[in-house]
Formats: sequence, C-alpha cells, structure tokens
Amino acid sequence: MKMDIAVTVNGRKYQEIVEPRLLLSDFLRETLGLTGTHVGCEHGICGACTVLVNGDSVRSCLTLAVRANGAEITTVEGLGTPEALNELQHQFREKHGLQCGFCTPGMLITGMDLLKKYPLASDAEIREGLSGNLCRCTGYQNIVAAIRAVVDQQDGNAS
Amino acid sequence: MSKDEAVQVSDLLRPRHVGMPIKRTEDPRLLTGNGEYTSDRRPDRALHVAFRRSEHPHAKILRIDTEAAKAALGVVAVFTGADIADDYKPVIPFSRMPSYYATPIMALATGKVRYVGEAVVAIIADNRYLAEDALELIEIEYELLDAVNDPELAVAKDAPLVHELAQTNVLVAREFKKGDVKADLASAHIRVRDRFEMSRIAPLAIEPRSYSAEFENRRDSITLYTSSNIPGIVRDALSESLDLPGNRLRVVAPDVGGSFGSKGSLYPEEILLCVAARKLRRSLRWTADRLEDISSSSQAFAEIIEAEMGFDKDGIAIALEADVIGDVGAYSIYPWTCGLEPVQVVSFLPGPYKIQSYRGAVRAVATNKPPTGPYRGVGRPVSTFVAERLMDMGAKALGIDPLEIRRRNLVRPEEFPYRIASGIIWDKTGFVECLEAAAEAAGYESLLKQQRAARAEGRYFGIGLATYAELTGIGSRIAVAPGMPINTGSETAKIRVDSTGAVTAAFGVASHGQGLETTLAQIIADDLGAKFEDIRVIQGDSDAVPMSTGTYASRSAVLGGGAAKHASYILREKIKKVASHLLEASAEDIDVSGGFASVAGTDRKVTFKQIAKAVYSDMRTLPVEAREELEGSFTYDPINGTTAGATHLVAVEVDPVTCFVKILKYIVAEDCGRIINPMIVDGQVHGGVAQGIGAALYEEMVYNEEGQLVSASLVDYVIPSAVEIPDIEVLHIESESAVAGGFRGMGEGGTIGAPAAIANAISDALSPLGIDVSTLPMTPQRLFNLLENARTNVKGSQP
Repeated sequence: MKMDIAVTVNGRKYQEIVEPRLLLSDFLRETLGLTGTHVGCEHGICGACTVLVNGDSVRSCLTLAVRANGAEITTVEGLGTPEALNELQHQFREKHGLQCGFCTPGMLITGMDLLKKYPLASDAEIREGLSGNLCRCTGYQNIVAAIRAVVDQQDGNAS
Repeated sequence: MSKDEAVQVSDLLRPRHVGMPIKRTEDPRLLTGNGEYTSDRRPDRALHVAFRRSEHPHAKILRIDTEAAKAALGVVAVFTGADIADDYKPVIPFSRMPSYYATPIMALATGKVRYVGEAVVAIIADNRYLAEDALELIEIEYELLDAVNDPELAVAKDAPLVHELAQTNVLVAREFKKGDVKADLASAHIRVRDRFEMSRIAPLAIEPRSYSAEFENRRDSITLYTSSNIPGIVRDALSESLDLPGNRLRVVAPDVGGSFGSKGSLYPEEILLCVAARKLRRSLRWTADRLEDISSSSQAFAEIIEAEMGFDKDGIAIALEADVIGDVGAYSIYPWTCGLEPVQVVSFLPGPYKIQSYRGAVRAVATNKPPTGPYRGVGRPVSTFVAERLMDMGAKALGIDPLEIRRRNLVRPEEFPYRIASGIIWDKTGFVECLEAAAEAAGYESLLKQQRAARAEGRYFGIGLATYAELTGIGSRIAVAPGMPINTGSETAKIRVDSTGAVTAAFGVASHGQGLETTLAQIIADDLGAKFEDIRVIQGDSDAVPMSTGTYASRSAVLGGGAAKHASYILREKIKKVASHLLEASAEDIDVSGGFASVAGTDRKVTFKQIAKAVYSDMRTLPVEAREELEGSFTYDPINGTTAGATHLVAVEVDPVTCFVKILKYIVAEDCGRIINPMIVDGQVHGGVAQGIGAALYEEMVYNEEGQLVSASLVDYVIPSAVEIPDIEVLHIESESAVAGGFRGMGEGGTIGAPAAIANAISDALSPLGIDVSTLPMTPQRLFNLLENARTNVKGSQP
C-alpha cells in the first residue's frame, strides 16, 4: 500500500506517493534529494536530522513521512545560501562553530527553534537547549558562542 | 643549510596569512546543506547493500541458506564469504614485529564468526528498505563456541582460541627496557604502584561509516567514495586485494563527518562493496546504521596496566615499570595492526619525564569483540593517565606539591633533544613553559586557597594536572605503527596555475573536520604569493597525487604543510621567470604577492592570469623555451617528525550525593609550534578535551559475560552533550619546531591530557577519604562504589 502526501519544503510544494513506513529523513534525502539533513543515529538521540515541522524542531528520523502530510517543513537548505548565509549560519562561521559539519544542520535548525522561542539569557540556557544535539568535534563552546552572538544582536536591535 | 631552512628565511619577507584566524573556506557549503558526504552521493541506478551480521561472539558457521532472500522483492544478489572467495585476496595487516600474528581481513566472515556484529552475508537490492527486509529471510546455522571475553583469562593455556592458526590468543608481545629497573626500584626512597584500567570505548563520529562504490562501465573502473581518513591507504590495499590497477580504481574521501580514529583503517565493507560492484557491474551504496557502526567500527583502549614508579627523596622519578594487557578484539586491523594502541602505551609511558630506568612490557590479546584500532591520541591517553597518576601518587607520598614535582621531572629547555627511557626522542618543545603558563593562568595558588575553604566546609574540591608529549608529523624514519611496512613518512603537494590563471593545489591528505582546505591555502597564499580566495585545495582524492596515505597521527599540518611550502617555492620560481620576461626585469627583482608578480620597488606588475596566458595561450610573448608548465610538485618527508606538548589543569567538585563530577575550570597550555590558524587550533583543542572528558567520565562499551554488547545505542553509550562540557581556556606557547614552517601536529592532544587531568582532580578532591582513581571512566556508579567502600572502611576502623 502506498499513500499520497503533499508537503511544503522550504517554500516549495511537493506531491509524492510513499510507503507508509518511509521515514521523513529518508523522504527528504532520498525522495526529494535534500541531503543537507543528516542522519546520525536513527534513534532520536544525536539530533543531526532535526528539521522544523510547522515551526517546531522535530527528529526527522523518528517521524514517518506520511505524518508530515500537509505540513510546512524547513530544512537547512531553507535557511540561507553559500552566498547569503542567514545570521545564525554567519555566526557559526565567525565563531568557528563547526568542524566536520555533520551535526551542523541539526544544530542550526535547533538553534533557530531556540532563538525563536526562548530568551536564552544565560549560556547555561543555550547549553540546555542544545543538549539533544550531539557534536563530537567542537566541544560545543563555539556553537554556544555563535548562538550567543545572535541573541546579543537581537537584544541590541530590540533595545 | 637544509632545504627547510631555505624556505623559512624567504617567507619572512611576505605578508602573512599563516598565523591569522582566517574564516574557513569549507564553511559556506557545510552551513547550507551543500556539503557532500559519502551518503549524499547519488550514482546512477545505484543498488543498496545490507549486511546480515553475527549475533554470536564466537561460533562456527555450519550452513547458510540464502534461497528465500534471493527470491525476495527487489533483491539483485546475495553473497556469502564462500560466494566471493575467488574475487579478492584477503588483506594481511603485516608487521615486522617479532612474535606477531597477522589475522587476515576477509570481506565477509568465513568459517567462523568472532564477534557480535561481524558481517556474514551481504544482500544487494533496489533500496535499503528492501535489502533490510530480505535480511530476515537468511538462515544461518551456527555451532556455538566458548567466547573469549576477559583478556586476562584469554592468555591461559587452556583458553579457547580466537584464531586456531595463531596457536595462542597473544597476537603480539613486546618489551622495552633501559637500565636495571628492579635494582633502581628497590633502592628508591619511595615507590608507588597501582593496577590501572581504561575501559573499551568507541571513537563515535557522528557520521556513521558510509561507502559508495561507483562503477563506470565505459572505463571498466570503480571509484570508491568512502567516509575514510586514509583514502590513499584504502586505494593501495584494495588495488592489491582486487588486482585492479590504480588507473581503474580511484578512492575519494569527500566531506567526512569526523573520524577520531574510527575511519582510519581499511574495513571489510569497503572490500565487499568494490568486489560486488565489479561482479555486478553496478554502483552500490551502503551506510551503517548506528548499531552497525558502534558494533563494527574499530574501538579503543581496553587496557589493564600494572605499573610502579620509584622516586628519590627529592621527588625525582628514577624508575618506572609497567605490564600492559591490551584486549585488542578479534582481528588485527589494516594497516596499523593490533599492536598500534597497546604497544604505544609502553612506547610513550615515560612521557615528558627524565626517568632513567624503565621496563614496559605489553601483550595484545585477541578476544571475541570488535577490533581495536586508532583512537585520537593513540596509546597516549592511557600512558598519560598512568604516568600522571603515578606522578601525583609520588607527590602525595613525599608531601611535594603536584606542580612542583612536575617541575623537577620534566625535560628542561636546555636538555633537548632528549631521548626518553623508551627510546623516543623529543625535539625542543615548551614542556616547562606549558606547565608554568597553565599554573599561572589558573591562579594555582588561589585554587589551592579555594580548595582549603571548600574542604573546611566538607566539600570535595580537587585540582588535577597532566603534562604530556606526543610525536607528531612523523617522517619516514619512524613507522607510525610498530613494524608496519607501508610508508607513512611523506606527502605530496601538486600546485598548478592553469590556462585561466586559477591556482589548484592537490594533496592526498584527507580532512575530516580539521579545515585543511583553509590552512593549506593559508600556507600557499604566503609562500606562492597567490591570493587566498583564488586558491582551490583538492584533498582526499587518490587521483590527485601519485601516492598518498591520508590524515592521521597529527601529520597533515606538518607533512601537507611542508609539501605545500616546498611546492609553492618551486612554482613561484617559475612564475618569477615568466614575469621577468614580461616585465623585462631580472628574476631576482620580481616579487610575487597577492596574485601578482611585480618588479620590486616599482608599480610594474602582471597578474597570474596574464602570466598563464603568456605561457599557455599567447604564442608571441615568450620564447618557446620559456613556456614551462606552471606546476610545482614536491614530496615532503620530515624524516623524524616533531614533538608537541601541553599541560592540562582542571578544577572539579565531586557531589557525594549524586556522584557526578562538575568541572569548574579547564585550562590547556599547549605548544604546537608556529600556529597556522589560531581559531582552528583552539577548536581542535576544545573538541579534543571534550572527547577526553567523555573518556574520563562517561563513555564505556560494555560487553556482558556472553560477549553481547549492551551499550549499543547512544542512550547507553553516553558521549558528552553541551551541558557536560565547560568552557575551555587555551594558551599557546608557540615555539617553532625544526620542520618546514616550524609547525607541530596538534589535532589529537586534547584527548591525551583530559582523562589524566580529570583522574588526578577527582583523586585530589577525594583524598580526604583516601580514594585514588585507577579506573576510567569514573562514572557515577564507579564513584558511588568508591565512596561506599571508603565510608565502610572509615566506619570499620572506628572502635
């Protein structure tokens, strides 16, 4: 049995026929060719596959593609381009918040979610918010600094 | 004057990219989902591979029935070890070490299985879902054998054998000796000893291992895209195994999502994918799921060390003795062998200290677990843990401060080059400078004050130091792994200016997060005089240079950087020659900088593009003999390599209720020679320390008595998250080394110092209870047991 689904990914509409068992991560990577979303553990711990579904961060490896029927999805490809990075991507580069880059799409998507929803007044709060995303390269220090820089900038703009 | 010095003098004249925190060239693509990791490859009509793996630690394979699987939907082929036996030669991880037994590496288990997770059958199907569906249809009949789990029991005469042909489970035994250790220990003022252990752990890159064997019908050739940090070694080994010449076998490591050692050896799955791609004339993809990755990628440590150190009355360490058993798992790995990790423990045990007499013995013992292999720091996280614990135990017994006892024992600036008791030679490095810098930055005296105040309140506050040295950028005179026959001592750079004026620099080194595309371009920008933004670095591609091995053993800045400097120098001379024709000036008066060649002291200049046009396209401006191809190629060999050193200083507080260790302060003072990019160096230190904190406090591969892995998910195998890692302060002692550019290797150091420093800090915190840390990781469970024992002992001793 296959099912029809319609989703909007990074502003573009897709209609596809999928098996009910197809993971959202595989749908994005294999069916749509959006390989920016990475798969690190397939059991919801590492956070590399995190995407925004209707504005909330979601593990795409724990979500069936059919569950996303009708949803608006944002992946790392929807944030910025190499020529025009968004502010969080820019700060990741400025602060050296990435090394191998494999966890980075999940970090960025989680970071976008945190920046939208929480005041992130302290670094401890940023670290808590990132605790569902594992990075083996950076020791997290520069990832925290990148998110801090965006928070400071937003606070500066707001005041 | 050696060639290296010649290069260094000239580059003093140039504006500097080396030394600047230049933002990485890699980042824009990696930040936007435009990176290309192996699992992102989409070769035409590729098939997917899935492996049926052993669920038994040790068993004879009696029968495999693949008929039902072959008939399943979407299945194209099913292979057992017997099916492909004639399609390749087993790979032998050869070594000249005496007493060593090299276990052959097969693409699929043949005859018996030797660990849980070993690949037995490969299914090739239209997609991964269908391939995995068919796995369940394979029937394998096993005869179960007694498993070898405990390395100390495995050496017994009557222990079951992992490899019958070896006639023993001891795959290699070695001993290093200098002086009369027995007599020196007997005459020592005090002796300290313990039995130390570091658990089996996983390097755990976030990207699981992944391979894409891409068959090109027209050229009858294979390109293997692989998540490897040794693409050159993989190419040469597969070429031999498959009898496929290098012009029909290319191995590329594209963007690689970390390795930490786990992607630094040849894997059976790499052989299988290439064998099957050739057999089927189709492209094949495989990416490990996390369970497969954690249970079949090379693991690390798993060592037990009985060690003793003797001191004179002034706190000078005079003798050191150690017996090491390494549980190396079921197979020796290629090319490093199973000796890599345990033998390096005894090679490096004396560390940066002037201990005069030494005996270090090691046995690498086969067990029914996955192979151990390279792990960030190789051998030194363990040797440093042991030596630094003994140093602190000696300090405590003698009533000398841990900082002071290290001052008295470190090799001092005027004593380099220094040959330590195990035979390793340290070139001039800032050992003492790092120690003093870390102590000063930490405010050592005020930390001691804080500790006294905390103790008065009954809190467990501890300070831990660790100093260590490592050999980096190793040249051809020293084998990276003991007795290994392949050359790991040189790297090639090929830099060319093409007909459009573009600069392309090709290397065989293979970045997996280190930012080599940026740092190598920084060196070339300075030494060639090209514009940084115009340089494109090609790396990790076996077609880029005739021979290469890859990135491992903290070598790429030294070897790749050295090759870049020399090749740049050769190309710059060619550019000068052409420019001297075009600008009608003497070549000696030509300066090359920022993508221009100019006549020194004038505004007459030509661009690289104009120079390229004159050489390649415009047949009127240059005489024929001056139209020399604009390429500089150099293979650099630092011969011995160079030392790197550091001191880690950490302050912790142990919570006796939750048994968690909180890290309050973490300082690293390190000497990696001349720094190419301080931003990247700091990042490498941060990540290395975080990994070392994981090894010290959380990470453990647990195999139960039946040989089953019971920590096979990221829920059970805990690597640190952002919450567990503190901010780390990094100080640089930038003493130039003697190799090209003055660089030293530094990618691994953080992981070497952290376990030792944390073990010392916890021991210091709990010294009022008489607790010494001798086993890592110091998980809350282990800490709870130590605290319980200490409380029972205290109660027991009361009247």
